[in-house]
Amino acid sequence: MAKFIALRFLQGLLVLLAIYAITFFLVAATPGSPFSSERAIPPHILAQIEAFYGYDKPVLERFWTSLTNTLSGEFGPSAVYANRSVTDIIAESFPVSLKLGSISLLAALLIGIPTGIVAAVRRNTWLDYVPMSVSMAGICLPTFVMGPLLALVFGLILRLLPVSGWYGPEYIILPAATLSLYYAAYFARLTRGGMLEMLNQDFVRTARAKGVPEWTIVWKHCLKGGLIPAITFLGPALAGIISGSFVVETIFQIPGLGQWFVKAALNRDDFLILGLTVLFAALIVVMNLLADIAHVALNPRLKYE
Amino acid sequence: MRVGTLATAIKAFAAQFSSSFLSVAIVAICFTVVACGTREREVDIAAKNGILLMGNGAEPKALDPHLVTGVPENRIISSLMEGLISYHPSNDLEPEPGVAERWEHNADFTVWRFQLRENARWSNGEPVTAGDFVYSWQRILSPALGAEYASMLYVIRNAEAFHQGQINDFSQVGVRALNPRTLEVTLAGPTPYFLNMLKHYSFFPVNPRVVERFGGMTNRQNSWSTAENYVGNGPFRLTQWTTNQVIKVAKSPTYWDAARVRLNEIHFFPIENVRTEETAFLAGRLHLTSTVSPDRIPTFQRENAEQLKIDPYLGLYFFRINVTREPFNDPRVREALNLAIDRRMLVERVTQGGQAPASGIVPPGLQNYPASQQVQFNLQRARQLLAEAGFPGGRGFPRKEILINTSEAHRKIAEAIQAMWRENLGIDVGIYNQEWKVYLDSQSQLNYDLSRAGWIADYAYPMTFLEIFTTGNGNNDTGWSNAQYDALIQQARTASTEPQRMQLMQQAERLLLTELPVIPIYWYTRIYLKDPRVQGWNPTLLDNRPYKYVSISSG
Repeated sequence: MAKFIALRFLQGLLVLLAIYAITFFLVAATPGSPFSSERAIPPHILAQIEAFYGYDKPVLERFWTSLTNTLSGEFGPSAVYANRSVTDIIAESFPVSLKLGSISLLAALLIGIPTGIVAAVRRNTWLDYVPMSVSMAGICLPTFVMGPLLALVFGLILRLLPVSGWYGPEYIILPAATLSLYYAAYFARLTRGGMLEMLNQDFVRTARAKGVPEWTIVWKHCLKGGLIPAITFLGPALAGIISGSFVVETIFQIPGLGQWFVKAALNRDDFLILGLTVLFAALIVVMNLLADIAHVALNPRLKYE
Repeated sequence: MRVGTLATAIKAFAAQFSSSFLSVAIVAICFTVVACGTREREVDIAAKNGILLMGNGAEPKALDPHLVTGVPENRIISSLMEGLISYHPSNDLEPEPGVAERWEHNADFTVWRFQLRENARWSNGEPVTAGDFVYSWQRILSPALGAEYASMLYVIRNAEAFHQGQINDFSQVGVRALNPRTLEVTLAGPTPYFLNMLKHYSFFPVNPRVVERFGGMTNRQNSWSTAENYVGNGPFRLTQWTTNQVIKVAKSPTYWDAARVRLNEIHFFPIENVRTEETAFLAGRLHLTSTVSPDRIPTFQRENAEQLKIDPYLGLYFFRINVTREPFNDPRVREALNLAIDRRMLVERVTQGGQAPASGIVPPGLQNYPASQQVQFNLQRARQLLAEAGFPGGRGFPRKEILINTSEAHRKIAEAIQAMWRENLGIDVGIYNQEWKVYLDSQSQLNYDLSRAGWIADYAYPMTFLEIFTTGNGNNDTGWSNAQYDALIQQARTASTEPQRMQLMQQAERLLLTELPVIPIYWYTRIYLKDPRVQGWNPTLLDNRPYKYVSISSG
């Protein structure tokens, strides 16, 4: 197992390096610059600004500096927001996204997985049809429809919950609901699929023939295997959900990481783009590794190799 | 039997998760009940406490007056800092004493002397001195700082040479502290509107001691302007800056005119999404929005007539024409395109925000400068000119494109004009959008045919609109160059009397509107939602709101 993890870790590092290089050169090749502004900047001033941020150097040299800085844990300054470093921005906004994301994901799992199990066990009854139709709607309704809808109903009409901001516990409810409904729907469908596959296995028939009680079959024999699809999805879902959802953060004015992804790209804030991309990629790599480990632990047919 | 076992299975599950599930549910219910019971709207609570809640549009890029260029930054900085001249509560053309309590100038407006008030204080208690202004202006003019707005100070003698690195000795630049309370400024030429320029944040002072302590004069990453270190001299002081969430300022006890300041606090909310901002306003969380979405204006006019505000704004929406490309190098083609736009219909049907159809370049409202009426809607003449240029009925006109930056509002306007040209002239143009930074690049490299643009006045004087079209001006971006125009602008700058200057600028504008390297479309308005309890929020040409005159009634 240690060998497996070490190998995957090295693979992950290579992936990160490749992503870093690709992002860097794509950004460098994009037209526009972080310093272009609506009011023209005299060329000699532009040159000063560029020199300050190291843009006067050839692109390969910039890549090398940027890479070595990143390896030593320093993402550099934001090229657009004065006296803020990329590390500051991440340190400030990541905890917000992490909080919102983990609460949403927890809620999604708590709703999605039991629903999926029940739907699979009671397949082709109303316990299957109703939740599955609702979940299809949950997947199809994008967050930018669901969010304003919830804000409208609970914020403007019922006046129960705040519509935007991030100040106290009650501010988490609407955005978390928006995010978790979507993921819950996914988890429900994945769990139902996984459980159905398990319930149709030969060993289940054997167990039933031997008179094993149904709940033992579901609980003991099928659940582990049935959760595999959901767990596979959990890795990227976790990375995505905790690194911030741009749409939900924008709708509810939440000071998380997601907003920065888009702001960085629109502002051409090169250092911030790189920093965020690396962070996101690293999260995905780690989460996938964890998901793989969980996979092997749950599925006796898989081995570390 | 199977139902029974299922129930057991669910029970087992419930047991597994019950503790966490239950707690989440209870917490959720608690919040709902609490929220229900005490839901007094934020705007009401804030009004009682004298706190103004403002949508700010965007997170400020910085709060250092020498490093910013945008409106969201200006809104906050103008509460924290004050220049020699301050904003007048209702008339942007009037100079209002700021740090300077008196001033005088020589006969031809080239030498100005400002008497600083004795009780002008920084928020750390230090007096604001003439030396602070000298330091500040040296700072923004230092090439190493790379201040985007440094060219505003080029009115000062030798400021341009210093900024360009031609002289290194700042004492040759026309600003001197005669004593701690007297500042003398020598200008490059006669500038009667200098007082109007002084209201701009590029002329604001910074505290030299603080700037030196946190990184030095020319360090762009100087941390003096963070929430912890900020020292200002304005009516408010910075108390909290939470990125993407809120910036709070509170009444400053050290401000010289603190007795006049009525608000206790202002909270600026950097809400970028217009819909979110509108929702926040309607849900009682904001007293003011920074803007409204254009397509909701009719709805608000119907349902929130008391809250919807439409103020004139000193800005021009226009199309740039790349005159270096065929067939736009022919002035007749440019004139034909210009004559074939029905601007009244455009503002009434498309933009719908009370904008005025532009009949010239410089918007109305400026002293002694009536707006030009030269721009007309005249189809017959347009078609005739197009035919003379070799494209009768639009035949043979090459396919050209309108460049816009990505935005629904700009697309709608471009589509309306596209339709007008197709219908009126038989010309088919395309529309394509680029992201903001790419669009700026394309425009400055003349990599476009036609491009939408906007220009908001930096100060209340016609020159702010006219000078950008001189040869070599970094904001010209049309490839147009006209020696006569350049000469007129130069003469206007150095004209000895005000009527002469006005006349020269009008001549220049006439020439510009004959040559038409740009097609004026409409003059801006500022559209926003405002809680009726907010008092003293007067419409001003440049949208400067001196917060010290603003108050909020609790009723």
